[in-house]
Amino acid sequence: MNSGKPVHVRVYVMVFLALLALTATTAAVAFVDLGATWNTTVALAIAIIKALLVILFFMHVLYSRPLTWVFVGAGFFWLSLLFTLTLADYATRNIGSAPQTNAPRQSSEVMPRVSK
Amino acid sequence: MRAVNPSLNTCRVKWNMSKSHPDLLHHFDDPEQQLDAAQSGMWLFLATEVMFFGGMFIGYTVYRDAYFEVFAHASNHLNVWLGSINTAVLICSSLSMALAVHSAQAGHRKQIIFFLLLTMLLGTVFLGIKFTEYYHKYEERLIPGLAFDFKQGNPGYAAIFFSFYFAMTGLHALHMTIGLGLLAFLVAKAARNRFSPVYYTPVEMIGLYWHFVDIVWIFLFPLLYLVGRHG
Amino acid sequence: MIDKAPDRRLHYLNVSYGVKSWLFTTDHKRIAWLYLLSVTFFFFIGGFFATLLRLELLTPQGDLVQAETYNKLFTMHGVMMVFFFLIPSIPAILGNFLIPMMIGARDLAFPRLNLASWYIYMIGGLLTIGAGVAGGVDTGWTFYTPYSSIYSNSHVALTVCGIFINGFSTILTGINFIVTIHKMRAPGMTWFRMPLFVWSHYATSIIFILGTPVVAIALALVALERVFRLGIFDPELGGDPVLFQHLFWFYSHPAVYIMILPGMGVVSELIPCFSRKRIFGYSFVAISSLAIAVLGFLVWGHHMFVSGQSIYAGMIFSLFSMLVAIPSAIKVFNWTATLYKGSISLDAPMLYALGFIGLFTIGGLTGIFLATLAVDVHVHDTYFIVAHFHYIMVGGAVMAYLGGIHFWWPKMTGRLYPEGWARLAAVTIFIGFHLTFFPQFVLGYLGMPRRYHAYPPEFQVLNVMSTAGASILAVGYLLPLIYLIWSLRYGAVAGMNPWKATGLEWQTPSPPPTDNFDETPIVTREPYDYARGEPQSEYVPGEVEHV
Repeated sequence: MNSGKPVHVRVYVMVFLALLALTATTAAVAFVDLGATWNTTVALAIAIIKALLVILFFMHVLYSRPLTWVFVGAGFFWLSLLFTLTLADYATRNIGSAPQTNAPRQSSEVMPRVSK
Repeated sequence: MRAVNPSLNTCRVKWNMSKSHPDLLHHFDDPEQQLDAAQSGMWLFLATEVMFFGGMFIGYTVYRDAYFEVFAHASNHLNVWLGSINTAVLICSSLSMALAVHSAQAGHRKQIIFFLLLTMLLGTVFLGIKFTEYYHKYEERLIPGLAFDFKQGNPGYAAIFFSFYFAMTGLHALHMTIGLGLLAFLVAKAARNRFSPVYYTPVEMIGLYWHFVDIVWIFLFPLLYLVGRHG
Repeated sequence: MIDKAPDRRLHYLNVSYGVKSWLFTTDHKRIAWLYLLSVTFFFFIGGFFATLLRLELLTPQGDLVQAETYNKLFTMHGVMMVFFFLIPSIPAILGNFLIPMMIGARDLAFPRLNLASWYIYMIGGLLTIGAGVAGGVDTGWTFYTPYSSIYSNSHVALTVCGIFINGFSTILTGINFIVTIHKMRAPGMTWFRMPLFVWSHYATSIIFILGTPVVAIALALVALERVFRLGIFDPELGGDPVLFQHLFWFYSHPAVYIMILPGMGVVSELIPCFSRKRIFGYSFVAISSLAIAVLGFLVWGHHMFVSGQSIYAGMIFSLFSMLVAIPSAIKVFNWTATLYKGSISLDAPMLYALGFIGLFTIGGLTGIFLATLAVDVHVHDTYFIVAHFHYIMVGGAVMAYLGGIHFWWPKMTGRLYPEGWARLAAVTIFIGFHLTFFPQFVLGYLGMPRRYHAYPPEFQVLNVMSTAGASILAVGYLLPLIYLIWSLRYGAVAGMNPWKATGLEWQTPSPPPTDNFDETPIVTREPYDYARGEPQSEYVPGEVEHV
């Protein structure tokens, strides 16, 4: 619950416009070749900013008590645990196997296909 | 009577709700405690939703990392325009939902109903566009398990992409549908004048839910629609 | 202090009568009873499947049931026991009943949600039993893909639906507990004055909330794969079955802490009471509950050492698994230190608590063996694993559950159970347990694999011992069923505090009034404030000031 005065409508409208602008940006940047890694990074960064805007302003977290921040943070922190340790498996499955060439990594090396 | 708890925020809404207010439940000491509890409970529920969708996000991440080229080709089969429009539609619905909560806080009954109905309309538009997209995929034979036919790369990997596409957007659409039901419930309550500046908890709580569903789409859109769009 | 005449005052059991007053109740104490009845029902169903398993294993040949049927038996045994008995047992029964009382509240934060939890639990449970009646499921309670998602010819989707629905029940309970503990403590009930039972349920609720959704999505994806052919785990498409295992065990490992933490909370209440001593190291025990809940989320890969998971990830999981033993060990040391120089009385609840400490220690130490990657490679999927987790689940969690039921029985019913029979049952269970499960450690180490209905003849003696023990265990479990029901009518009337225990729940009549306390208590004393060696009288003036 926000802590007293309601949030001014102006704030909502500004956040709304920012969200639309960021959506347009993310769609536009997708059509520019920055390399796979950077395209993904930019897309995720924009998504995170949009999510933060919604959380802080539309969901009033900016105006909420610290316990709410803890609950919000806990959800995303636990998600990071799931991501980190699962990716730790997939990232290290092929260490020590045949040396990589400079060619783009073939998908089949990461997840060997069961022969049909 | 409240627990002595120095960690509680000292900024508070001044409550004028008397202890005999019909919406104050008997096991709470005062309305403030009840609202605090409702808010905490809803955030904990949203944390479960983060983990629920998160399980699909990690699965998607693993396969996208492994099969990037095919995922890119598959992603290009999705309609970027419809996806972008849908994203904008949801953002508008988040604004209207926030304004509905704002109206409830101010006690403007007609405005509450207007913004709730607007949110519902936008949500319905979203679902309409979504099912149109699904129908397109059906026509293009890109639904796994239904005569799936993909020619721009390994069909198995593409099937995995589309499996995630349908599972993630499908579950998202299910949440939206439930949200529409909740909003209808709010409209009914608002029409009967059940909300006031001292009690609008359900509006705020369902607002949180609606914003969360928007956030899920904020991540789904770039991850599903914008893979390898350049060149 | 035990008066012979049953009292005529109003309390939560007699305030209203009729089926509707029970099925539509929002009183946390009545909901606890609803859970008690249904949890007991599911326990005996799970036990029925276990009986058939052990009967089959009396002989080396697979002669009682076919292999596929056997697979269905151990699957249903596991599903029933894990999801419908162990996970809800202490939290949904004792947690529901006691948490509001222990913190001085009138009810949980969301009473209607509490009732909804029970209905959701029943729907999930009945759906799962329905799947069993329809033919059962043979994938093991672990539902590994691609067998469960593609090749099994059994009722996977239906069973998975039942478990998925049940997950909501536990999530709602977890939300209820956490909000209640944060927001509804009585004046003076600071965090470090709360009973350790409450701390352990807070920690358990963290796991309910943050872990359950991940297994929910894992099982939902299996169901989607079966029904709609969305082939996420299908190797033929390039999918990785191990991904399912990651999602499954991300919850199911912390789930075992869901099953043990409440039991540890019970033991933390029993040991001080029956030693007449303040618990040793209260804050360590409290914080270790949270540590177990958090660290428990970092170890799931130790179920996957031989699955094809990266060996480096395996090493990380192995290391974390060693670490998670530390807070558990801290608890055991603290309980032992509490016993030291205490004035010990061996009532039935204490017998269960002492049994817990011994059996949980054995089970936990064998967990360290298994956390050692190289050892696990040899004993994975053998009876060593089966013995390990039964020591903790049965020797630990079930014993704590029974200890708690007996300890708080007078509070819940206003009646005393017959102490002699209760001690006999506790000892019977302890003996039966050892005879059932210790031979399984040996069997596993000798190489007998789990989930097989036939085995080489040289393993028969140990299997016969195990089945014999199981029959003794069954007697031990039936005894409380009989005498506890008997006590409802014929047991001696209990006073407010027959154990002379500390805690707010003992400061209100047995059975309690619907709102738990006539006036909101104000807490001024530290927890477990047992004067050394001196029994406390039932009501200490000034201990709790009523406003």
